Amino acid sequence: MANALNPSATASQPPAAMTRRKLGDRAFEYLTLLMALAVFILIILIGYELAHGSTLSLKKFGWHFLVSSDWDPVSEEFGALPFIFGTLVSSAIALIIAVPLSIASAVFLTELAPRWMRQPLTIFIELLAAVPSVILGLWGIFVMVPWLRTHLFPWLKSSLGFLPLFKGPIYGVSMLAGGIILAIMIIPIITSVSREIIRSVPGLQREAAYALGATRWEVTRIAVLSYAKKGLFGAVILGLGRALGETMAVTMVIGNRPEIAASLFAPGYTLASVVANEFTEATTDIYLHALFELGLVLLGVTVLVNALAQLLLKTLGGPEIKSQH
Amino acid sequence: MTSLPENNPAAATSPPRASTTPESAPSKPAANPTPGGTRAPAEIALTIRDLSIYFGTNKVLKEISLDIQSKAVTAIIGPSGCGKSTFLRSLNRMHELVPEARMEGQIRLFGHDIYSANVDPVVVRRRVGMVFQKSNPFPTMSIADNVTVGLRLNGIRDRGLLAERTEQTLRMAALWDEVKDRLRSPAISLSGGQQQRLCIARALAVQPELLLMDEPASALDPIATARVEELILELKKDYTIVIVTHNMQQATRISDHTAFFYLGELVEYDTTSKIFTNPTKRQTEDYVTGRFG
Repeated sequence: MANALNPSATASQPPAAMTRRKLGDRAFEYLTLLMALAVFILIILIGYELAHGSTLSLKKFGWHFLVSSDWDPVSEEFGALPFIFGTLVSSAIALIIAVPLSIASAVFLTELAPRWMRQPLTIFIELLAAVPSVILGLWGIFVMVPWLRTHLFPWLKSSLGFLPLFKGPIYGVSMLAGGIILAIMIIPIITSVSREIIRSVPGLQREAAYALGATRWEVTRIAVLSYAKKGLFGAVILGLGRALGETMAVTMVIGNRPEIAASLFAPGYTLASVVANEFTEATTDIYLHALFELGLVLLGVTVLVNALAQLLLKTLGGPEIKSQH
Repeated sequence: MTSLPENNPAAATSPPRASTTPESAPSKPAANPTPGGTRAPAEIALTIRDLSIYFGTNKVLKEISLDIQSKAVTAIIGPSGCGKSTFLRSLNRMHELVPEARMEGQIRLFGHDIYSANVDPVVVRRRVGMVFQKSNPFPTMSIADNVTVGLRLNGIRDRGLLAERTEQTLRMAALWDEVKDRLRSPAISLSGGQQQRLCIARALAVQPELLLMDEPASALDPIATARVEELILELKKDYTIVIVTHNMQQATRISDHTAFFYLGELVEYDTTSKIFTNPTKRQTEDYVTGRFG
């Protein structure tokens, strides 16, 4: 043992010690590479399986599947457009509601809230993420939708009814209800990721702004939010990814009618909802294959939206905040 | 603060000067608040009396009294943890960002009590510029926007005026020739030394009455350091500068007066040449000759 600490003693046999370390390092490298590849392979396999499961539908409808609004299992006419529309619109509504709310609460939690309040509030927000979506859906059906039908929607209709978005009959279950429930579901993730991002903005940035005589709002705007914008955009994308694929709660409040309506009061249908709802009813092969193809489309939409987001991210200036921590 | 005559930043913004002269200022027996010698009837920019700063129950500055001369460089030296950065930050109330910070005593900037109850710290910081140890330009802003951000915070929108002030300030910071062709590039495309001079320009753009520098060259290489030091000597003509430094040679090169802090107390304050060649206190001598600290 004493010799091991003596540099001259260890120097007499360096090769063995060095090769051993190198081998361990190699093994570590290959192991992690394997893990990383597994994720990649999994996505490819999922894509392949979905394509394989939808061969009949792919052959029969081709690209027309993406632009057709027919969904008639009886006459075996299938098209994905209303579902793509429903998925994108409900997610867009969710983002419009959730992004300002989440970023504002993240700013409050990191910059403004008194110290004693920060931890409890953070825990509550993260608790919201832990509520199972079926519970949120039940709450949606029994509490939120009736309230929307009797209070919010009539008010929106009377004050903003001149817009096509807020015209037409009010059922309660609707695209807007689906968007709101999605917003509630993605607020926790956007908030907690944004909070981490904002916390990692260097204190020196804030000090630079304070030293110029900036108020707290100005410090937040010029030193914190603009520094963190790339990271915050990433947080929003995470939320969007969740919104696109969310199934249960949305299915329970969106109305499940495959139509494309201008009004947000009209019922809609999402890709994820229709797959979940109709899988057990799919008695014919072509019906089943069409549902599989909807899954493939959903995967494609998610990948496409994320790719677009990455492109957009490149156009935003500013430091890579993620790499700092 | 906006419609100022060119090249005379301090004069237009400052309130009527207090007629405090070194002779009339009340002095504590422990440490003479006014440095002797040099430039006899010098104007006093800052009058600090019995300043104590607490963080919670920890008293980090103990009854500091000193006068800082206008249009001169005053260096604050002392070992780590002696309270010199806290002292500097108390001059623009930046130390208040630390929760539980508390101060006693008085600081008057050209006769105005900056801690008086009706004074907003935000307003104080608009009159006192600050440069930090590490350069901290706003990375999402262009070079020009970094210079004018303080002006824009003050509500100035006039593009002509902003452009004019950008050039004037960058020239003052000896950066204009290096960046004039790429004012729209991001500030982080500059080298470390250039970034620090940009931060100095950012502080100067609002034409502050006082410029605080917290070890502004400690993260720079020798060449960049020399440029920043040249710049400080140049700025002395128009500005009152208080600089914290760990580097004794730097203090002798650039400052007119030096204050030596130790364990939260002001040990000695005098002309730089006196402090470094013939200090009165034993502790000062030990520190400047490198026997401790």
